[in-house]
Amino acid sequence: MSLLRDEAVVLRTYRLGESDRIVVLLSKQHGTLRAVAKGVRKTKSKFGSRLEPLSHVTAIIWEGRSDLGVVNQVEVIDGFRTVREDLDRITQAMTILEVADQLSQERHADPRLYQMVVGALTSLNDPGTTPVLVAPAFLFKALVAEGAGPIVNECASCSSDGPLVAFDLSEGGMLCSSCRRGRPVSPEALVVLQQILGGGLRSVLSSPAPEGSAEVVQLATEAIEHHLDRRLRSVRSSVGL
Amino acid sequence: MYTPPLRNLVDELGRLPGIGPKSAQRLAFHLLKVPRDDAERLARAIVEMKDRTTLCRVCCNVADGGALCPVCADDRRDTTTVCVVEDPRDIVAVEKTGQFHGRYHVLHGALNPLEGIGPEELKVRELLARIEPEGVAEVILCTNPNLEGEATAMYLARLLSPLGLEVTRIASGLPVGGDLEYADELTLGRALEGRRSVREEN
Ligand SMILES: [Zn+2]
Ligand SMILES: [Zn+2]
Repeated sequence: MSLLRDEAVVLRTYRLGESDRIVVLLSKQHGTLRAVAKGVRKTKSKFGSRLEPLSHVTAIIWEGRSDLGVVNQVEVIDGFRTVREDLDRITQAMTILEVADQLSQERHADPRLYQMVVGALTSLNDPGTTPVLVAPAFLFKALVAEGAGPIVNECASCSSDGPLVAFDLSEGGMLCSSCRRGRPVSPEALVVLQQILGGGLRSVLSSPAPEGSAEVVQLATEAIEHHLDRRLRSVRSSVGL
Repeated sequence: MYTPPLRNLVDELGRLPGIGPKSAQRLAFHLLKVPRDDAERLARAIVEMKDRTTLCRVCCNVADGGALCPVCADDRRDTTTVCVVEDPRDIVAVEKTGQFHGRYHVLHGALNPLEGIGPEELKVRELLARIEPEGVAEVILCTNPNLEGEATAMYLARLLSPLGLEVTRIASGLPVGGDLEYADELTLGRALEGRRSVREEN
């Protein structure tokens, strides 16, 4: 038996037996970790809400012979309460957690992904942040980190300056009017894309949702689904009204 | 290495919640050893339960063969207050308090975007359809105090509030009998917000 101590974000949990849960953590130094939280579903559990999805925690895990550890202690770094109490923010957070879960590997540290997840959740937890583009921005940034970021400043096919009018995943990004194929993109959405992938993310997120946001959400979803080769459940089962 | 019927049983048992491959194997071999009568009784109990148990046409609670559930069949219950729960077992828990005299509505789950469970997968439409005909004045959202339950409560509040009825959420607080020092930050924070004034009654 050995003790493992790491900082982590709770990605998801699922029920195990009568009162336990398996907790899936994105940890800073060990990548994805799975551990049993014993008794966590009882109202008197010592863990309380600390192991709910979304929590940013420091966890101590007992590791035995099986690859499933047992959570021993948890301290909360940030419970992201503003996110928890706002349905629009929860939906965004769920997408971030789902994609983080897909991109991270078991027992394989990815400090950059970890920082991006914590950063995105922290930004989402700021009441001054407009939530709608937080997850799309995270998705595009994650694609860049994976070496699959779209080209948005010139035509991905002929490298001309544009005007850039369409987006095609197999071409790798925006296309000019002579190369156009794929999905048409409005000039407003293009500006938002360029801001997200350039240095303007902070200002985009701190202003009210700009025109073209809905298109950017679509593009981000399609781009990450293309990259992961799977549908995003959190987006497809969206609870937004 | 198993015969096809045994393999089949192991597979079926392994699909039950909380049963892993090892347990499925153990159960299957146990059933192999029990007398035929015992095995048949188990099989019959499962089929009979499936045949005779339906969902109450009012509240989606479990009910006996097409009838109303015991709560909806009881005409002393207040029909203007509806307590929304995730699971029929939650009704049992609320009934034990003896504090609630209205009717229930069972969602059969909670929103869980990561598992692909959206409003369409829950009995949400059935809840909306009850508001007018039953003259519902208050809906108490009694979903679990976890992320999925909270999201479900917020979603329903958004849907129901514009209909002009009172929508309330059960308070989350500290478990009676527990020590304060063990309370987590979120629970303690919410308990503080939900504090009540304490007065000496003279
Ligand atoms: Zn071109
Ligand atoms: Zn009923």
